[in-house]
Amino acid sequence: MYIIIVGGGKVGYYLAKELVEADHEVLVIELDPVRCAEITETLGDIALRGDGCEVAIQEKIGSGRADLFLAVTGDDEDNLVACQVARHIFNVPRTVARINDPKNELIFRKLGIDLTVSATSAIMAHIEQELPSHPLIPLLQLRSGFEIVEVKVPEGAAAVDMPIKDVRLPNQSLIWGIVDADGNPKAPTADTILHAGDEVVAVTRLESEEAFRNALTAPPPERSF
Amino acid sequence: MKVVIMGCGRVGSELAKTLDEEGHQVSIMDINAHQFTRFLPETFSGRKITGNGIDQDALRRAGIEEADAFVAVTPGDNRNVMACQIAKHIFDVERVVCRIYDPIREEMYHGLGLRTISPTKVGARLIREALDAEETETAAEPENAPAPETAG
Repeated sequence: MYIIIVGGGKVGYYLAKELVEADHEVLVIELDPVRCAEITETLGDIALRGDGCEVAIQEKIGSGRADLFLAVTGDDEDNLVACQVARHIFNVPRTVARINDPKNELIFRKLGIDLTVSATSAIMAHIEQELPSHPLIPLLQLRSGFEIVEVKVPEGAAAVDMPIKDVRLPNQSLIWGIVDADGNPKAPTADTILHAGDEVVAVTRLESEEAFRNALTAPPPERSF
Repeated sequence: MKVVIMGCGRVGSELAKTLDEEGHQVSIMDINAHQFTRFLPETFSGRKITGNGIDQDALRRAGIEEADAFVAVTPGDNRNVMACQIAKHIFDVERVVCRIYDPIREEMYHGLGLRTISPTKVGARLIREALDAEETETAAEPENAPAPETAG
């Protein structure tokens, strides 16, 4: 594969190193001449000094034949524009942007970046698994706006003792697997009854995350008499 | 009209001043508070918000949710582009204008539906027109100049 990496900082450097070792054709674009020289010295002639957001630079390095375009600088706006130029002018099939501010995930997604990677979110996801109170853990982002999540059904949730078909999940959501409180995994059907302590693994749309969590964790509505 | 302007340099300040004088409700943002003291007149009655226009919380503080218009005029093309896309696609601001120096990127984002202005293109065109005008006037002078004398 021909892979272009914009940004030759720590993230870009180690990505390039891994990808070169895996025998991919890699090119790193980096503004800073010192970093460029370092990359060339250790990884070979794979670094070019320049601004990865510039159309002329992308033309020169052949963005048009790239299979994968990774923008991993420390500035979200530069990563966004580099990916948009790659996508809209050079039709790169897959663009990936590093996100420094997790708030930008949604906007990047809306603007057509295929995949976003946020160190903050990644670390949070790992910590969240350690925090028993956290009801929804995003496990993996898929293409086209889906993600795989894990939700623990708490005591007292409206969904407890309910068959899956009666739980009002958001559109385009699907429960794939359940690990019950005793640690037994099972493949659920529409009639499978949910229990408190079940760990539900499901696929849902990114923007439905909150609705999905509520469907499985919210307490029953208060009854009015 | 409620307007949020991102970037309090010469252009941002001039625009803020004009809109403010016309009675519009103006919020002007800059990451550096010192910028507010440079070009804005003392009479400016709008709001000044220190913050980054690509930060959605800063935009909210500037009143983006109620804004009718958003203008991005920082020196960074990419920052302007990102802020304008946030204003348009996340906050549904009706009128969004984006300054992009790089003519190629300007064309691309124009194609993607942003209202864009490239001062590089506009400036070069105006200068070219001025040159043409100079040429015409110089060429015209020998004929026109003596006219009053012959008439008088």
